[in-house]
Amino acid sequence: MSNRLQSRTLPSVCCVLLASLLAPPALADGEVNIYSARKEDLIKPLLDDFSQQTGITVNLVTGKETELLQRLQSEGINTPADLLLTSDAGRLTAARQAQVLQTIQSEALEKHIPAAYRDPDGYWYGLSVRARPILYAKDRIKPTALSTYEDLAAPRWKGKLCVRSSDSIYNQSLVAGMIAHHGEANTETWAKGLVANFARSPKGGDRDQIKAIAAGECDLTLANTYYLGGMLTSSDQAEQQAATQVAVFWPDAKTTGVHVNVSGAGVTAHAKNRDNAVKLLEFLASDQAQRWYADVNNEYPVNPAIPPSATLKAWGAFKADTLNVAKLGELNAEAIKLMDRAGWK
Amino acid sequence: MLPFLELCDLNVAYPPRKVIRGLSLQMPCVGIGCLLGPSGCGKTTLLRAIAGFEPLRQGSIRLEGIELSRVGWMQPPEQRRIGMMFQDLALFPHLTVTDNIAFGLRGWKAPERRARVNELLRLVELEEFAKRYPHQLSGGQQQRVALARALAPRPRLLLLDEPFSSLDVTLREDLAREVRTILLREGAGGLLVSHDQFEAFAFADEIGVLDEGRLRQWDNAYNLYHRPADRFVASFIGQGVLLPGQIGVDGRASTELGDIDGTPPAGCAAGDDVEILVRPDDVIHDDASPLKAEVAERAFRGAEFLYTLHLPSGARVLCLAPSHHDHPPGRRIGIRLNIDHVVMFRRNWSVTCIESPPVSKP
Amino acid sequence: MGIERWTLLVTGVALLLALPVFTVFFTALQPASDVWRHLVDTVLADYVLNSVTLMLGVGVGTLLIGVPTAWLTGVCEFPGRRWFEWALLLPMAIPAYIMAYTYTGLLDFAGPVQTLLRETFDWSRQDYRFPAIRSLPGATLMLALVLYPYVYLLARAAFLEQSAAVLEVSRSLGVGPWRRFLTITLPLARPALIAGMSLVQMEALADYGTVQYFGVSTFTTGIFRVWFGMNDATAAMQLAALLLLFVFTLLVCERLSRRQTRFHHTDQRTQRPPRLRLSGRWSWLATATCLIPLLCGFVIPAGQLLVWAWRTAPQMIDHRFLELAGHSLWLASGSALLILSLALLLGYGQRLRPRPLVRLAVRSAGLGYAVPGTVLAIGVMLPFAAIDRSVDSWTREWFGLSTGLLLSGTLFALLFAYSARFLPVALHSVEAGLTRIRPSMDDAARSLGSRPRAVLWRVHIPMLRSSLLTALLLVFVDVLKELPATLILRPFNFNTLAVRTYELASDERLADSASFALAIVLAGIGPVILLSRAISRVRPDHAPLS
Repeated sequence: MSNRLQSRTLPSVCCVLLASLLAPPALADGEVNIYSARKEDLIKPLLDDFSQQTGITVNLVTGKETELLQRLQSEGINTPADLLLTSDAGRLTAARQAQVLQTIQSEALEKHIPAAYRDPDGYWYGLSVRARPILYAKDRIKPTALSTYEDLAAPRWKGKLCVRSSDSIYNQSLVAGMIAHHGEANTETWAKGLVANFARSPKGGDRDQIKAIAAGECDLTLANTYYLGGMLTSSDQAEQQAATQVAVFWPDAKTTGVHVNVSGAGVTAHAKNRDNAVKLLEFLASDQAQRWYADVNNEYPVNPAIPPSATLKAWGAFKADTLNVAKLGELNAEAIKLMDRAGWK
Repeated sequence: MLPFLELCDLNVAYPPRKVIRGLSLQMPCVGIGCLLGPSGCGKTTLLRAIAGFEPLRQGSIRLEGIELSRVGWMQPPEQRRIGMMFQDLALFPHLTVTDNIAFGLRGWKAPERRARVNELLRLVELEEFAKRYPHQLSGGQQQRVALARALAPRPRLLLLDEPFSSLDVTLREDLAREVRTILLREGAGGLLVSHDQFEAFAFADEIGVLDEGRLRQWDNAYNLYHRPADRFVASFIGQGVLLPGQIGVDGRASTELGDIDGTPPAGCAAGDDVEILVRPDDVIHDDASPLKAEVAERAFRGAEFLYTLHLPSGARVLCLAPSHHDHPPGRRIGIRLNIDHVVMFRRNWSVTCIESPPVSKP
Repeated sequence: MGIERWTLLVTGVALLLALPVFTVFFTALQPASDVWRHLVDTVLADYVLNSVTLMLGVGVGTLLIGVPTAWLTGVCEFPGRRWFEWALLLPMAIPAYIMAYTYTGLLDFAGPVQTLLRETFDWSRQDYRFPAIRSLPGATLMLALVLYPYVYLLARAAFLEQSAAVLEVSRSLGVGPWRRFLTITLPLARPALIAGMSLVQMEALADYGTVQYFGVSTFTTGIFRVWFGMNDATAAMQLAALLLLFVFTLLVCERLSRRQTRFHHTDQRTQRPPRLRLSGRWSWLATATCLIPLLCGFVIPAGQLLVWAWRTAPQMIDHRFLELAGHSLWLASGSALLILSLALLLGYGQRLRPRPLVRLAVRSAGLGYAVPGTVLAIGVMLPFAAIDRSVDSWTREWFGLSTGLLLSGTLFALLFAYSARFLPVALHSVEAGLTRIRPSMDDAARSLGSRPRAVLWRVHIPMLRSSLLTALLLVFVDVLKELPATLILRPFNFNTLAVRTYELASDERLADSASFALAIVLAGIGPVILLSRAISRVRPDHAPLS
């Protein structure tokens, strides 16, 4: 007779469960809701600090940029999100174009963040900078032999280069930068030359490229500095070891500068807690938060007054590309098509 | 009084095929009937329509005067109080014998349910198997469980879809008779579907012969055998051959085995061709008879031989002779005709039969 | 009338679950952009070729692993058989992309295996050739290793059910064991094998994590490239719709090929044949056959995770770990129950009313499995947001108050997405079980006074026990591993083990992610063991022997 019992209880249990699931998230006053494309580990400690200092509760959903943007768009005026955090300027540009952001004028923000790293109209603000220099095998390559990104396409590097796939936003953004500086035709010739120099078909992430250099599979790669930094401080011995075998070279020092991109944030067009969101944005641009970016995540602070971490300092200073990062987002689709044509997998 | 079961002008179809066509029948009072027919004649479909599993294209079904099915509407099977025994028995493998029998007794009070189950276990003599699972029982025992399960909720009518077909012949007839007794005791009506006439004879008071979705005849066993309504019934029930003949001016039919008295089919005039049903027991082996036929085959049946005989014209008759008359194939033996019920059909004309007063001697 | 209610209910539920799939098609109907021309000119042929190769390769691979192991553990007796019976299911608990990470760590140029080779033989890079794990064959192997348990499970159930009579007949006809396997056992198990293989192939087509990491461009990576990279959602949905059409065609072909045959059990008194006792060389061979997939599919990757976790767990595991595990388990068990109920409803409804409309609806509800998780999640998000918007504007207009988001960003949306995605997994199992119950069982119960719903509860569910347990297990483990839909649809401050694993792994902190990946594996192992034991105790179509 247990059957009969089940047949009555199960549906009612289901109903209660469903009802509880449908309850919308509470939207109290002392709150700010974030859609973040930055990983939880790279943002949560800062948010906790913010909560502690201000008493404002921070609610967080992390995800991938495009998906979060899609979510924001489809929710329209009902969106609970007040702040959109992304790890790439291109997405912020896309978000602005999709009209899900609003302009924010804040003296504090304008003071701390250089113009190249924020939207000209104040739709979004960069919060941290990442650079994508050339990394090389210390024991096999003399840094004097290196000069520019363009040079990597030269035939003498044949079979020496490991690069991650063109699916990576970092490579897309780098190529977008090249297009902005050198034009599409030149960049395509360059990309073809680069592909011809690949030691292996593109695979893995940035750390995998560094490990491949350490293992001798290739001599050169393009990688974001914080990956190298992360490996150097990794709890994994093998990673640390691999990282010590490569060094950073800052290319294009005399010309356009090293390719950089920013992570940043914008207040959503229909933010219910606009003031709190601005407060949070200002907090993220503050000295305290900027120092955290530098120390914990080995990124470069957008605020020029804050020095980078010791690890980053050891790699020396560099000239950063002064191109407004918004441009990178605009050229992203072009960059992908170009890489497709060049056979960059 | 309202008839017990009434089927009016039924059509059932699995498009594009019509399975039951314009079938009507009545069981006037609670009794036991059988639908007999070759496989594929639609008898199972008819049973399923009565049980409420098949919708009607035409006609209606009534039980005790209350409509169960009509075009576009069916009372759900679970509300009909019609029990069914399936060809594969369909015992629930996850339930014990007791639980199988008690399955239809939901809503009964526990003591009543227990009493009913025990009563049925006694009835089908399976008391000591109450805790077993179906796969631990023999074939015959499974049949009994299926019967007990179907009877438990006291159905008004029990439908049986060839439930005995997997048993051997003697067990089959025994069980059919046993089920009949049980049904009578329970006061339920029964309707069996079968392709085996002996099972039907053992089980039913009234039998319907089905062919290609049509009911050929609804009658008792005696009449089906001795007064078949048409050629199909004549050839399907019992053994026998149709012997050609011709109506003479005196109204008697003349055949190779002599003249036969009998009322000719309606509309028959002198000179018309007819066929006369000759059963094996109508042909008597008689060494003294001037009429001779050649033995073509013989089959030993214990007490008797069934001979297949060739007449001089090449026509064929069957003859049942006591088994001490042992004649090898090829031998010519004397025979004579002794027909009690003359069944005559107009040749190439299916309907009509008439019984005539006995006797006809060459 | 009762039956018509069923038709309505089943068709309605099925169409609702097919909502994400319809959304994809609907979105795809917008005019094509110039991205298409670019794709056709450059990479589309590659995408198609790689996807088809992957699909076929994974299909064949899972058969090659799943069928022999299923036959050996189901029909034969050899050392370790009882243990292998459930252990062979373990690879299922490892997310494919995690498997890919661990193997890369082990086998790549910089990994311990190649390093050891180089050091031992003093080779340098040019001196030897080592097959690249991060390649199309590598991806095929990874997916085959994590997916073969589907085939194994269904094949084993099919082998166990085959009656002794058929085998004995063939034996009496002088057919040897090997030919018997090829000519009787395999063809009889065909529906189960095809069902298993089609699940596996759908999953392979929808895989993103593994192929993306291995740098293999497939249709699915293409969808994301177009969408995320070129910011062209329409073209992405059009690619997804193409993928769906392809899968739908395959499924229809599979159905058609299966239509002629009916596989009800006819004999209730079937005795299980005694197990084929293997001895000597053969028994070792059997043990090895089962051990290899277990080693490659579970022991090695889990071992690698363990090594990583050992090092990193102290930093990584904090008070939030239990919360993550709680969320994961809660979601997995809740949605497994929900999806199982839905599958039962649809499977049984289809049995009650096998109408073309009902079938078509159920089929389309089953398509979600072939859609990459993210696309499916968008397919849930768009209509839900649209509903929210219209309800909100309606209440604003009439009552002057805003309802905000009722569905979007709730756990309901998440459970709905899981249901749309994993329904086919449960449905396959339930349907396979239902076809084994003869229709006369339903009729018998009906004629004994049970309404259709009661027949389901009193007859089918008890008889389907092993099929239902299997479905429950598969969905539980699948949801536990599920990432893309969880990532995009979850509410604020709600994380799971899979999300955490992904965040660390996608930041290339593999060692740090190991603790969480291992937790997923462990959470999956418990039910795998419990349920596979329960399944092996209950023989299909049989009550437990008393």
